[in-house]
Amino acid sequence: MSSLFRASTLFVVVAALALALAGCNREEHHDRAKPIGETVPAGESPDTIFPGSSTPPPLDPRAALYDNNANAISKGQQLYLQMNCVGCHSHGGGGMGPPLMDDQWRYGGRIDQIATTIAEGRPNGMPSWRGKLTEDQIWDLAAYVRSLSGLPSKDAVSSRSEGMSAGTPQTLTPHAEPKNSDAPQQ
Amino acid sequence: MPGKNYAATRFSALAQINPANVSKLALEFTFSTATNKGFEAPPLVVNGTMYVITPFPNYLYALDLTKPGAPTKWVFKPKPAAASQGVACCDVVNRGAVYDNGRIFFNTLDGQTFAVDANSGQMAWSTQLGNIQRGETITMAPLVAAGKVLVGNSGGEMGVRGWIAALDEGSGKVAWKAYNTGPDKDVLIGSRFKPFYAMDQGKDLGVKSWPPDAWKIGGASVWGWLSYDPETHLVFYGTSNPGPWNPDQRPGDNKWSTGIFARDVNTGEAVWFYQSSPHDLFDHDDVNEIILADIPWGSGRRPVLFHPGRNGYFYVIDRRTGQVLSATPYGYINSSKGVDLKTGRLIPAPDKEPKAGRVTRDICPASPGAKDWNPAAFSPVTGLVYIPHLNLCQDEGNMEANYISGTPYVGADVKMYAGPGGNRGVFTAWDPINRRPVFEIKEDLPLWSPALATAGNLVFYGTMDGWFKAIDARNGKLLWQFKCGSGIIGQPISYRGPDGRQYIAVIAGVGGWAGAIVSAQMDPHDPTGALGFANAVKDLPMKTTAGGILYVFALPR
Repeated sequence: MSSLFRASTLFVVVAALALALAGCNREEHHDRAKPIGETVPAGESPDTIFPGSSTPPPLDPRAALYDNNANAISKGQQLYLQMNCVGCHSHGGGGMGPPLMDDQWRYGGRIDQIATTIAEGRPNGMPSWRGKLTEDQIWDLAAYVRSLSGLPSKDAVSSRSEGMSAGTPQTLTPHAEPKNSDAPQQ
Repeated sequence: MPGKNYAATRFSALAQINPANVSKLALEFTFSTATNKGFEAPPLVVNGTMYVITPFPNYLYALDLTKPGAPTKWVFKPKPAAASQGVACCDVVNRGAVYDNGRIFFNTLDGQTFAVDANSGQMAWSTQLGNIQRGETITMAPLVAAGKVLVGNSGGEMGVRGWIAALDEGSGKVAWKAYNTGPDKDVLIGSRFKPFYAMDQGKDLGVKSWPPDAWKIGGASVWGWLSYDPETHLVFYGTSNPGPWNPDQRPGDNKWSTGIFARDVNTGEAVWFYQSSPHDLFDHDDVNEIILADIPWGSGRRPVLFHPGRNGYFYVIDRRTGQVLSATPYGYINSSKGVDLKTGRLIPAPDKEPKAGRVTRDICPASPGAKDWNPAAFSPVTGLVYIPHLNLCQDEGNMEANYISGTPYVGADVKMYAGPGGNRGVFTAWDPINRRPVFEIKEDLPLWSPALATAGNLVFYGTMDGWFKAIDARNGKLLWQFKCGSGIIGQPISYRGPDGRQYIAVIAGVGGWAGAIVSAQMDPHDPTGALGFANAVKDLPMKTTAGGILYVFALPR
């Protein structure tokens, strides 16, 4: 057995270990975690004005359970097709509804704001899914929708698309730098 | 009316502007409509006033043509529900208003029909017909004939059940309403119904040609063009695609989708029906314009209709019986192998049939067809039909669509691109008698603008990057062009002004299904955007911007 082979084997092992370590957070499941709240948050926009106070409201604590989480993103990806989100927003490029893969968020790009948009609907035609999906599903969907814009890290998103999409996998969509208004604020 | 006359020829008898002087055509005035969505409606000129109906929010402007600069006389704002924008499949367009007997009639995106006094701008009546909670919108231009206002719904991508309704012109009350799916009594099929071909004969085909209950959400809406024959009192219209697009979910012929109905305007009774695409595979709606003409036939003449179909065939049909006299490709087709004139059936091309779980490639024409909604013009002077149309093919992969009311019901991933030759649009002058093109003009971008023909032997049309063109009706030679501020998908018109001069008018406002990538600010990275149209027009955002501006041209005094 040549030393070259041993060296390359070692490299593969080290690389796999590095990947596994990097992927620790992305695979966290919270199925048995403490119960989540009864309602989706009001989702205040951080890029608006809050009279009488100086700071925008903090990120909803549940965001950490879903944002950047491969399990949530993957479940949200399936729901995105099953609930016909794809019919209006396509695979992120938009159509009847606005695009989701660009860097503009009409109602805020924080995951709690996206969850609110899904739950409550928006006045120009976004339906309200409150009561049609569980809150866990709404958060999963929000995690996937946020991932379409390239905001979460690439190790959390799926390298293949559900369905027959002729588009590029999410691992290849450009990574978007969060704007001030999209950045999680503590 | 948008079609110019009941025969929908889009032919103006004005001849002051002609090939010899059109090069001097100059801008007279402009008007901003304060909208920036796809502008498909034509201006309407009646008694020295120009009426302009906009896309959502469907403003109706009245401009005074008797005064310099055509100042606004009044504006009527119907205030349609904002949420209706979320169930309009292909931009929030409106295809036109109609004048009759002192009133302007038009539809709003949220499913209402309005009658407004043409002088005062005061509302006479309004009738709610569509329900956005079920995905119904109204985008078509009504047709007023025999004291009835004829209106149909949009929403073939939302699982609606298609219908056409006739409202009493004076009161707005529903006189009759016919569904395009379901049992015969709902479709107003009775003893007078005599379809020409065996495939369209039988009881309750609107139920039997579907899986159980699928007809209730089966599409077959009426969002395109109506024509009317005053001699026979027949109104003609085409029905949209069946829903969902995924054909595996609806085995059967899916009556009465993707076909042409002839109905008695007074009672709504169906008289004949012809289905151009039984069990539609590709979203090949049959709503395109129906042009009425009498053509030489043997030793006499025969009343026919011309119909450049979305599936790529130019149909000549006997309008008394529904018999297809000829069906000739006017664009590139590989998705079918012709029309069997004995049975009336489209001859399928099995290798192009989309199946669940695989991607079918190189389907021509693509879902918007060899031609979509934008109507052709027919000049009785040259005897030619001027067809602005498309040269697009597509890849399609299907998956099961879930029906959730008020959301899309499609089940297809589509990616469109230019057809053979690389040009995405074609302007064809078609000889309907000899069944051949007389000339063709290749256009880089898809042609989404209708055509206008004049007795001055000119034909006008616009391109999606904003060029408004006049060509010689005899040979297609480009004689004049003007660059407008936004891409043109609107219907050009010609009218005689109060000063006796001939004017040409068009509204530039890119959008519609083809231009949604600009008007809806879509992200061109996703090839499936706008039901796959985005991939074919990725370059459009670099070539034009959204708008909604009226341009009026005339020869200098």
